[in-house]
Amino acid sequence: MERRIRRLGIALVVLFVILFGQLAYVQVFAADDIKNHPANFSRQLIAEYNVQRGKILTADGLVLAESVPGDPNSRYRFERRYPEGDLYGYITGYYSRIYGRSALEQSMNPYLSGEAPELAISTFGDLFLGRPKRGANVLVTIDSDLQQVARDAMAGNQGAVVAIEPSTGDILALYATPGFDPNDLSNGTDEQIRQAWTSLNADPENPLLALSNQELFLPGSSFKIVTASAALENGFGPDSVWPNPHRLTLPLTNEQLQNFGDEHCNGGASTITMAEAFEESCNVTFAEIGLELGPERMADQARRYGLCATNPPEQTSCEEQLIRFELPFQNGRFPDPAYFEQNDPLLAFSAIGLDNDLVNPLSMALTASAVANQGVMMEPRIVTQVRDSQGRVAREFAPSEFGRAISGRSAADLTRMMISVVNEGTGFRAQIPGIQVAGKTGTATNGEGQAPNAWFTAFAPAGGGRPPRIAVSVIVLDGGSLGSEATGGQVAAPIARAVMEAYLR
Amino acid sequence: MSAVAARPGRPRTGLLLLLLAVVVSVGAYALVGLGLRGRVPDDTVVYGLALGGAYLLAWAAVRWTAPRADPVLLPIAALLGGLGLAMIYRLLPSDVADQQALWLLLGLAAFVVTLLVVRDDRQLDAYTYTIGLVGLILLLLPIVPGIGFSINGARLWARLGPLTFQPAEFGKILIVIFLASYLSAKRELLEAGVGRLGLPRGKDLGPILLAWGASLAVLFLERDLGASMLFFGVFVVMLWVASGRIGYLLVGGLLFALGGVVGYLALPHVQARVSYWLHALEPANVHQLGYGQLAQSWFALASGGLVGTGLGRGSPDLIPYPASDFILSAFGEELGMLGTAAILLLFVGMIGRGLRVALDRDDSFGRLLATGLTVTLALQTFTIAAGVTRLIPLTGVPLPLVSYGGSSRVATFMMIALLVRVSAGPWRPSQRSPATPEDDARSPG
Repeated sequence: MERRIRRLGIALVVLFVILFGQLAYVQVFAADDIKNHPANFSRQLIAEYNVQRGKILTADGLVLAESVPGDPNSRYRFERRYPEGDLYGYITGYYSRIYGRSALEQSMNPYLSGEAPELAISTFGDLFLGRPKRGANVLVTIDSDLQQVARDAMAGNQGAVVAIEPSTGDILALYATPGFDPNDLSNGTDEQIRQAWTSLNADPENPLLALSNQELFLPGSSFKIVTASAALENGFGPDSVWPNPHRLTLPLTNEQLQNFGDEHCNGGASTITMAEAFEESCNVTFAEIGLELGPERMADQARRYGLCATNPPEQTSCEEQLIRFELPFQNGRFPDPAYFEQNDPLLAFSAIGLDNDLVNPLSMALTASAVANQGVMMEPRIVTQVRDSQGRVAREFAPSEFGRAISGRSAADLTRMMISVVNEGTGFRAQIPGIQVAGKTGTATNGEGQAPNAWFTAFAPAGGGRPPRIAVSVIVLDGGSLGSEATGGQVAAPIARAVMEAYLR
Repeated sequence: MSAVAARPGRPRTGLLLLLLAVVVSVGAYALVGLGLRGRVPDDTVVYGLALGGAYLLAWAAVRWTAPRADPVLLPIAALLGGLGLAMIYRLLPSDVADQQALWLLLGLAAFVVTLLVVRDDRQLDAYTYTIGLVGLILLLLPIVPGIGFSINGARLWARLGPLTFQPAEFGKILIVIFLASYLSAKRELLEAGVGRLGLPRGKDLGPILLAWGASLAVLFLERDLGASMLFFGVFVVMLWVASGRIGYLLVGGLLFALGGVVGYLALPHVQARVSYWLHALEPANVHQLGYGQLAQSWFALASGGLVGTGLGRGSPDLIPYPASDFILSAFGEELGMLGTAAILLLFVGMIGRGLRVALDRDDSFGRLLATGLTVTLALQTFTIAAGVTRLIPLTGVPLPLVSYGGSSRVATFMMIALLVRVSAGPWRPSQRSPATPEDDARSPG
């Protein structure tokens, strides 16, 4: 019996050794895979919500997002709050325990959650000193007064405003309607969050997508800034002289291209200079310029302004994101030369911002800021610094150049042309007494019989040797309050003016 | 074998180990409060004094009634009980946990009473069939209409007046005593008459078939897969240890497989157990209770990793009913693999001591009793630990001494008391004398 009891002992030890093997497999060797199983989201979330997430703050200290201790009976220790409601919704994004994260909450998550490698030392220090682990704070470039001005100036119209500092690419204001309040998706009961999500997604206006940087529109005449740049870069000066027919018959077709309102530019004279045509926003002239330059030069210039190449209908999206940004950003688009091989006349429409040209207020504001910054385009910057829980700078985001869009000389010429648009042309409603504004209007059709989208893209102060401090682009959808009678000059220019004036005064 | 006075050093070792167990248990309780609410519970001192006092009384009872007893069994049981209680305070509302603390004290009382009543384990050998009958009745009591009732699908419970309990927990102790007594008496008979293939003769198959029938009755009528497997497994192992005939293991294994197949084909809840085990992590299943429990158990174990989140700092409460079957997974999350391995090593230690106790006895009843009790604890521990780690399908048996559950806790303390009693050898007060040469031959480990 003694031998059998010993054997029994060995058998039992073998059973337990197998058990240890299984434990080692589940708890150590396969632990990461098991832990990251999607069905384990509750545990992942609880861990995340146990850490006080960092704040998102403006440079002047306004809190855009913060984590505060939540309901003590909740499983989640902290609750995310957005004191400014929908004003910064597209900048902070939401932080939802059910629907994930968006915008800065997503792109800055490693810092906000305290997981980024740069924060390891400070986290270790907290651990060592017995302080609770906390996320790092993120500082943004937004000027909180200007953001408020942008909202007020939009006056309930549907559209967007983006303001940039040309020398740094810093986003000074980024406001779009209809907007959404991230609180609705980030705090409250699961039931409330689900309801808010359902109604936001059912809304035909897509309030979860920012018109300013996540959607694309035809630029219309605003795009003449790009066409004029291509001309200036290729030896056609502001005073270059172009034939001035009433309408332009497109090559190889019987189709005719008209000016806005079917007017005959330059009082019906037989010729017109590029500068005159720019001031009047003359479609016929810029279609001629585009056709003269050809697809290669036009596409090259568009690319230097950060627009990616498409080849519709097969390829309508960017193959690569040309411009890096911490918020979700739909790059602007311009067709690849291959697109025009079978469709030569379409270049006439592409030259005046129609057909398959697609932009948004952020990409137009970047275009204006390149002109303002002597031809050098900066990448947009919205985060300047990450500071750990002790206030030490954990990471700095330096301004970075996207590249040279046009020469300094072309930029100076283009600035003068944009100044006359404001001083004498379609953009006169953007004039600010005592401050020189340079700008370009745009009125982009939404189709026959529909109210157009109104654009204005500008910067100030312009000319006079002082560097411009702000570049702005505004879009008002469906003509805003003026409806089908609206033009960029009437509806969008006053909004751009209000924002620039508030910033410069 | 004659009783002798304790060897110097050993009781002190036992006391030291017991104090260590108390310190670790109370430390775990304090850490739970610290992890959950950021501060040590106000009643930590009271808790420590109550637990320490109760354990010391149990130790004193051992010293008084069984001075030559194994010094390690009680400290291991005390540590497992204390760790389990700390985890129960972490997982459950404090009024429910208080009840479990009371059950722990009742378990220790049962431990002391068992030692006091059973002054010599060989007393038990005299009532073979009475004990066997009562054990069988207790095992099958939940089937009796008006007394037995079901919770969560298993008919394990009996109600006698104001008291509700799981009679099988106590029944299985009596069955083990019965088997030890019966098998030691029939040993020669069982050993004899080996057939040509080493298989038992047909007429010797009676007992094993009877045990098999009882196991199937437990499985089919009480829907208790765990108890059924455990009961049959312990029976076959004891039969083999007693008879030395490997044939019983073979026949037992065949009958076990047969019962398993029949149970699987006939009982939907057995099929469900197997399905939970195999498909726990499939996305379509993880939100259903049966699968979800096992998935959450794995998530808890994996989240704990090597060192765990710290007591009170994980989320083992995401496992449905974490304190009963899945308490090992809760330890796995908060104390990591180091914690689960430590707990299982305590069990391995207890099993080792239990078999040591069996080896140290000369009489076959004592040997078989110690072996049976130890195998019961070992198989039960393995069954639940392998179940929650998805090594085998989950069958709901408590992790001895650690899991939530009053009957199980009290019954396990009684089993430990019996082991302690067996380790002390037959107790004859009149023959107390210095160590005999025979005793010195015993291995000190």
